[in-house]
Amino acid sequence: MCHDVGVSAASPVEVEPDLTPDEITFLAKPWVTIVWNDPVNLMSYVTFVFQKYFGYDKKKAEKLMLEVHNDGRSVVSTGTREEMERDVQAMHEYGLWATTERAS
Amino acid sequence: MIANFTGFEADLLRSLASQLVELLRNEAAVPAETLDPFEAMMDFSGPTSAPEDPVLARLFPSAYTEDEEAAAEFRRFTEGTLRDGKAAAAATIIDDLEEAGLPAELSEDGLHVDVELDDPSAETWMRSFTDIRLALATRLGVEDDDQDYWRQLPDDDPRAQAHDIYEWVGYLQETLVDALRKG
Repeated sequence: MCHDVGVSAASPVEVEPDLTPDEITFLAKPWVTIVWNDPVNLMSYVTFVFQKYFGYDKKKAEKLMLEVHNDGRSVVSTGTREEMERDVQAMHEYGLWATTERAS
Repeated sequence: MIANFTGFEADLLRSLASQLVELLRNEAAVPAETLDPFEAMMDFSGPTSAPEDPVLARLFPSAYTEDEEAAAEFRRFTEGTLRDGKAAAAATIIDDLEEAGLPAELSEDGLHVDVELDDPSAETWMRSFTDIRLALATRLGVEDDDQDYWRQLPDDDPRAQAHDIYEWVGYLQETLVDALRKG
């Protein structure tokens, strides 16, 4: 895909000293993949897809699946725009309804 | 793992998978008009607008909700690949059933079709079952928590029968997910 990489922040991110490395990575990668609820996909299947594709453990995969089910949507991955487009495409391969947008 | 079907069930699955293949290959994937006529002529790489058919629109949703241009570009680069993948997965179901002994025309009573699936094939079946269920659910208008509506339909209502098939494919899919998790 030929999009500009969306990692150059317009204003420098102030890294607070008490942030964990994971949180710093999150700030530097401002795109997210969102999976939306639909009335069709089985809870067990959605959990399976999150484990299989993202490599999440069962606990995390189930937590995300329940967010989709109960809240209507869940952020399932974070990264560059290219990475998120790959994830969205993979979710569509599995029949899940996914979109990408800038992290809010 | 081994999936056991009666001849009737195997024939039904083949028919559903064939319909999916037909749908995926049918509606022309035509690129939308662009402003520049030369660019439009040279642009044969893939569609940029969402399919009109509601089933296809659900199988290939927009990747961007608030950026039409980005959605069109994403679609141009991905929809063809996604279509081919989904059609190939459905074709795998048909091939596997026929290799396991399902004849072109189902005639004999009491036929049983036992399909041996390794994990990658089982996952392909599982993915294609999702596409089949999405297609049936979109045509039927399935919504969250609508079990009571389907249950009160008379048995001879074709929509009730189609919904039973939708539920049955869901049961098959659940069985495959369980088997893959234990495997």
